[in-house]
Amino acid sequence: MNIIIPMKRVPDTAIQVNVKDGRVALEEVETWVINPYDEYAIEEALRLIERLGEGKITIVTIGPEAAQETIRKALAMGAHEAYHLLDDAFEHLDALGRARVLAAAIEKIGEYDLIWPGFKGVDYDEGQTGVMLAEFLGLPHVSTAITVEEIEDGHAVAKIEAEGGYQHVRVPLPAVITQTQGPNEPRYPTLRGIMGAKKKPLTVWNADDLGLDPDELEPVVELLHVERPPARKAGRILEGEPAEVARELVRILHEEAKVI
Amino acid sequence: MADLALVVAEQQDGKLKKITYEMLTAARQVADELDTEVGVIVLGDGLDADALAADLGARGADVVFVGDDPALGSYAAEAYSTVIQRLVEDEEPTLVLFGMTPMGRDLAPCVAAKVNGGLASDITGLRVEDGELVITRPIFSGQAIATVRVKRPPVLATVRPNTWSAAQPAGDDEADVETLDVDDLPENAVHVLSVEAKESERPELTEASIIVAGGRGLQGPENFHLIEELADLLGAAVGTTRAVVDAGWRPYEEQVGQTGKTVSPQLYIAIGISGAIQHVSGMRTSRYIVAINKDPEAPIFKIADYGIVGDLFKVVPELIQAVKEYKAANQ
Ligand SMILES: Cc1cc2nc3c(=O)[nH]c(=O)nc-3n(C[C@H](O)[C@H](O)[C@H](O)COP(=O)(O)OP(=O)(O)OC[C@H]3O[C@@H](n4cnc5c(N)ncnc54)[C@H](O)[C@@H]3O)c2cc1C
Ligand SMILES: Nc1ncnc2c1ncn2[C@@H]1O[C@H](COP(=O)(O)O)[C@@H](O)[C@H]1O
Repeated sequence: MNIIIPMKRVPDTAIQVNVKDGRVALEEVETWVINPYDEYAIEEALRLIERLGEGKITIVTIGPEAAQETIRKALAMGAHEAYHLLDDAFEHLDALGRARVLAAAIEKIGEYDLIWPGFKGVDYDEGQTGVMLAEFLGLPHVSTAITVEEIEDGHAVAKIEAEGGYQHVRVPLPAVITQTQGPNEPRYPTLRGIMGAKKKPLTVWNADDLGLDPDELEPVVELLHVERPPARKAGRILEGEPAEVARELVRILHEEAKVI
Repeated sequence: MADLALVVAEQQDGKLKKITYEMLTAARQVADELDTEVGVIVLGDGLDADALAADLGARGADVVFVGDDPALGSYAAEAYSTVIQRLVEDEEPTLVLFGMTPMGRDLAPCVAAKVNGGLASDITGLRVEDGELVITRPIFSGQAIATVRVKRPPVLATVRPNTWSAAQPAGDDEADVETLDVDDLPENAVHVLSVEAKESERPELTEASIIVAGGRGLQGPENFHLIEELADLLGAAVGTTRAVVDAGWRPYEEQVGQTGKTVSPQLYIAIGISGAIQHVSGMRTSRYIVAINKDPEAPIFKIADYGIVGDLFKVVPELIQAVKEYKAANQ
């Protein structure tokens, strides 16, 4: 069972990002983490291969030099091997570009049964790359899986989030399955995992290695500028006995806010 | 045919969903400036094209593209994206809108890859500047707002629910009906084995105009009847935090926040929720936020329009009572 997990690093989700000069001030971010959905995918993939008794997890990341640290974290969690796609031409990709670069790398890696990206990056909140990747690779896809429940006769059975509840779906492999929040808290790397990660294979490829022409990677979606969201106006604290404030709140919601 | 702004409808049992009318409003708002007609694509099985043309026409659509086939009976990425790809290649629309819904977030990137088009996700603003479409969308879980441009047509976008008002019927214009090519649709590789439907009659979180959300302050799953009762009185959806989901008190589908749902109701009532950044990022664009928390320093008060500092076990029963009285008085 060869599982490939496209993984990106994002700023620590517990910190507020800053906006400066019409851009998100990413240079100010000190702590970067594995994109939470990718981390859930790694956790579910680790559990899947533990259940199957065999399998290999390969991480593929497009990112700057510093992304290597995040890649090592994924290896420390238990992934087996990683590819770091590093090139100046990869710096300002849109989702189409990311999917193209990932597709080229995955085709070059060659052996895969299941490609398991997160359903969205919690940086630019696009949630596009996984499905586009499936299209470029000519593979079927399933979106927003909670987990992959079973592998049987060359198919995966996944539990997915769907309109109004959950579905259990069966998809022939190879396929792309995007991960939403899973049922299991992603594991922390153990000390042994961290030591072991240093010896795991990490290959760096650039655009040339992937046979990609930077001109084809020009973004179609262009980021013009970024600003802070409008501040919410100061709120009002209602004071008094519970029965009083409850009535006052209902009155305000009806008469002033007109939402009930 | 004139240039087109397209809306990819969502329907269930032939009935159009609210998001369709919201997208129609968004498309209509830019159509005149862009000098385009507004078209709506409706895909399904056994659709009533005339009824759709009357309904959508009255709400401002010029043309309805109907794709009717058993293969389109329920959403299937391959079949749906193929029909839309054909239409996009034939008509070369300026703009194509999808809902930021379970269907739209799967379908839109699929179509984008097929037509090699730029897609802006989860948009909350759309305007025309110097004859060009300019889009705004929240990024970093709403911590910043990005302005983006898609450099060449078609401009593809998924639209955040509850952001535009639903187009209302006005007059009795009928839209033209065009029948879509549904020949030789690819078979869907993905098979649905079973469905675990949500039992409740409550509205979908992402579509609800009111959400009552309970956090760890409820102290246990047995106390969520307070949240449910208030929600049902208000016709609201129930939301919760990841702390509660991780504790196994409530299902993940109710989680609001960075790794849960992004919601923007008219009213969000946060009860026993601290207001961690990852929670707030999923609900900060709600029109009105009410917070009930015993800790006056809880960060949720920083974004609340109305706050009640107090013990939820005292306040919420009174609130339920007050809503009942209000409803009785306003029958
Ligand atoms: C990568 C990542 C992603 C995350 N994604 C999400 C997400 O999508 N959604 C999310 O919600 N969280 C998310 N979190 C978790 C988040 O950081 C918080 O831990 C969580 O939101 C806290 O939930 P809570 O407010 O229910 O609990 P707490 O923070 O424990 O707050 C409980 C509140 O209840 C109040 N309270 C207690 N008793 C009473 C009472 N009797 N009456 C009134 N008030 C009372 C307390 O004062 C307190 O403010 C994420 C975390 C990480 C690291
Ligand atoms: N730079 C990247 N490197 C590797 N994988 C990525 C990258 N960007 C996005 N992905 C994958 O695509 C998913 C969706 O991301 P996005 O479309 O950027 O929201 C992520 O969860 C990752 O699995």
